[in-house]
Amino acid sequence: MTDPVPSRGFRGRRPAGDRRLPPGQYETHDFPVLSAGPTPRTPLDAWDFTVRGPDGAAARWSWAEFQALPRETPTVDIHCVTKWSKFGTTWEGVSVDTLLALAEARGVRRADYVLAVCDGDYTTNLTLADVTGGKAWVAFGYGGAPLEAAHGGPARLLVPHRYFWKSAKWVRGLQLGDDDRPGFWEQLGYHDRADPWTEQRYAGDP
Amino acid sequence: MPATRERADVSAPTPPAAAAPTRAAPRAPLPWRRALVVDAVAETPHARSLVLDVPGWPGHRPGQHVDVRLTADDGYQAQRSYSIASPPEAAGAAGRVVLTVERLEDGEVSPYLAGELRPGDPLELRGPIGGHFVWDVSLGGPLLLVAGGSGVVPLMAMLRHRAAAGGGPPARLLYSTRTLDEALYRDELATLAAGDDALAVVHTLTRAAPPGWSGYRRRIDGAMLAAVAFPPAERPHVFVCGPTPMVEAAASALVELGHDPARVKTERFGPSGPAA
Repeated sequence: MTDPVPSRGFRGRRPAGDRRLPPGQYETHDFPVLSAGPTPRTPLDAWDFTVRGPDGAAARWSWAEFQALPRETPTVDIHCVTKWSKFGTTWEGVSVDTLLALAEARGVRRADYVLAVCDGDYTTNLTLADVTGGKAWVAFGYGGAPLEAAHGGPARLLVPHRYFWKSAKWVRGLQLGDDDRPGFWEQLGYHDRADPWTEQRYAGDP
Repeated sequence: MPATRERADVSAPTPPAAAAPTRAAPRAPLPWRRALVVDAVAETPHARSLVLDVPGWPGHRPGQHVDVRLTADDGYQAQRSYSIASPPEAAGAAGRVVLTVERLEDGEVSPYLAGELRPGDPLELRGPIGGHFVWDVSLGGPLLLVAGGSGVVPLMAMLRHRAAAGGGPPARLLYSTRTLDEALYRDELATLAAGDDALAVVHTLTRAAPPGWSGYRRRIDGAMLAAVAFPPAERPHVFVCGPTPMVEAAASALVELGHDPARVKTERFGPSGPAA
């Protein structure tokens, strides 16, 4: 990292209170929307969610079946690579741990890498470790209400300890694989791991 | 800018992403570069263009952006992304890059860039960033650009590139601002369109119009897009950039008009939408 160049006359702001922001982030109180295209609208009766193993074995839930799974309501901080962070967001959804355990019981083998697959051909790649251990959910509620389409509804992935593009909107499945295959933004120069605390924004960042 | 793209049939037996994606060779780190502010040009009462020389600039594609980093005396840093307004052709040996920054009243960084910064100052940036919201003449046309407010900036890079390349395919820009005075690059857009039969620039004003204004006076909607846009059958490349509600409305209307969602690329900014 090069030595920073002082910006004459720049004071800047600091986050209020004692909350910590990852480097280069600022706190926002609204909820920006970022998408690369139009918002897709999948009717709930056509929605399903699939966890597919590296050998093709799959576990699948309809919307109604998915709603019947055990729910959690995590409150987490989220960090977008476009620099905004939002503290204390509350979601409702199913833990990826739960989904993987149920899928395993249906013969879906675990693997080291996960590709989230979404309506709109959007994908993003994660490691199994990124999404297990109580760190990731498939969320269908936000702030006590159903998740709006513009924010990824009916359901989006929620992986708050990674930059938010990993929390793929309109998620429809998780593809487990033995190889790390770059997703949509990762093929366009964004980082495979995307840890906001070490500022892994773009490919080539440490 | 990370976000998401639409369309797909995930209920198909094999997820579309199962097709092996490719990755270019591992990318070199994107270093911070020390740019020099060469000029600062007022564009509107709220926006100005920063003309920068960026030593080592590797070149860019129209539509890409940079990250800018400011550092306070105590080491505190702030970063933001800004679209590049200049075409690749302008970079030259000096690595000239132009950013147009609109001042956000409650902003942390934009008041500095649009106010305090002056010629001779250094400015740290890295880029170019983004490979989705990009167009160049090699992609062909027609080219449909839909902008709200300062969302015109990356689209201007496309139009400037198209002009520098000698015209290129037919292009249309539909540009929404509150008033005509708030429209960026107004004179340049008029000049470009006057000298190019294949380019049309259409303004719509949502708040106030000058006396005698005969153009559109409302937010961008389906009827306006139906009148201005190339027909879906011509399969235009569509780029929509602006505040979230405008982008949501325009992109949805374009899809309803029959445009292929995969050809509608969006970039959204600003304090946005409902809190989910």
